[in-house]
Amino acid sequence: MIHIFATQWQSLLYGLGQTLLCSIIALFFSLIIGSLFAIFEIMPNKLMRIIGRVYVEIFRNIPLLVITMFFFVVLPLYVTKINGFTAGTIGLTIYTSAFIAETVRSGIQSVDEGQMEGALSNGLSFWQSMRFIVLPQAFKIVIPPLGNQFINLVKNSSVLAFVAGFDLMYQGNMIANDTLQTMPTFFAVGILYLIITMPLSYYMRHLEKKLA
Amino acid sequence: MSMIEFHDVQKYYGDFQALKDINLTVEAGETVVLIGPSGSGKSTLIRTINGLEPIQEGKLIVNGYDLADKKTDPNKIRKDVGMVFQHFNLYANKTVLQNIMLAPKIVLKRPDEENREFAMSLLKKVGLESKADSYPRQLSGGQQQRIAIARSLAMKPKCLLFDEPTSALDPEMIDDVLNVMKDIARDSSMTMLVVTHEMGFAREVGDRVIFMDAGQILEDDTKEQFFDGEPTNERARQFLSKIIVHK
Repeated sequence: MIHIFATQWQSLLYGLGQTLLCSIIALFFSLIIGSLFAIFEIMPNKLMRIIGRVYVEIFRNIPLLVITMFFFVVLPLYVTKINGFTAGTIGLTIYTSAFIAETVRSGIQSVDEGQMEGALSNGLSFWQSMRFIVLPQAFKIVIPPLGNQFINLVKNSSVLAFVAGFDLMYQGNMIANDTLQTMPTFFAVGILYLIITMPLSYYMRHLEKKLA
Repeated sequence: MSMIEFHDVQKYYGDFQALKDINLTVEAGETVVLIGPSGSGKSTLIRTINGLEPIQEGKLIVNGYDLADKKTDPNKIRKDVGMVFQHFNLYANKTVLQNIMLAPKIVLKRPDEENREFAMSLLKKVGLESKADSYPRQLSGGQQQRIAIARSLAMKPKCLLFDEPTSALDPEMIDDVLNVMKDIARDSSMTMLVVTHEMGFAREVGDRVIFMDAGQILEDDTKEQFFDGEPTNERARQFLSKIIVHK
């Protein structure tokens, strides 16, 4: 395995970089999109609730690979060609945002209703009440499950390997095929994934304690 | 101009009618006390006034806006009509001072310096200056309720609604809160609607007493009529006699 690291470090490092980049982009946007749809799901307006519900139910119930393939294979047929990295990152963002929406919604609903009523009757709008009062409390409650979603996201970024996204998994496959050193290669790849996910997991725990 | 006008208001929760044929006018500056058994619709009535509960029929005009009109943004009313809740509803993620300063800052764009000074003066008024940097969970119920009143006052409202403000408090804390409310009723020209079982408060600062049962207004008397005369309604007489026995 040390041999693999020593000889293939350039490819592995590049893969690690792509995985990290994809994860950061997808994490950022899925958190924003997910929170938005979570709010849609609990809005007084029925149409918005339906939009939120439909989005979540569709995208959390379709395999990630299918969503990604849609952007990689189907979309180019009719609209425009996008590369594997972009297709994978978009797919991962949409897929994860559906799960984050469910997580954040449960958080919002566990904040006492009086918080929203207090803010509304104080003159704040629905969105201002959400932003300043309800969401900060909701996020605090859902940090542990949100951490799970983030870790899943990093691991799910391996979907890039199917669409030539040059991520860690893709590089691992290439190296294993070239060198026939299958076991050490995938050990090395596993360790590199851990290098991303372990600190993330540790950081979420830290955040949970700090905000408790 | 009247502050609040109900015209034949009906409110339903599904098939259940929570408010029935409500007709009520409250003039600016009046202090009105709403009493009645639990489930009689007092809280529902007071919550319709700032749009927390929608009404299904009739007209409800508050501070010149018609709440029955779907085009009316309840926010326009809430700026001028504050509310104090049974369970305080202070922002759990904000300090006492932030609780008071948030809405004036965001909604009224009151400058920081002025906002802080006014917030501190309100804290002084309710006797809790020393708690400016505490979080709500660190305070007793009575203290939280006084902060909630200060938070409403910070918006300089024309009208304040109180939804059973002392019902969740220990007996010893009740007087502190009532005293703050009495001060407001005496010293300001604010319109006050108070749902309460505190008859002492009603006697001392109320202008009118309204008795509700089963979603209807059964009595609408001046304080003198209600306490010194006799309510004409049998149900109201019954209710009143029970409360007075308790005192």
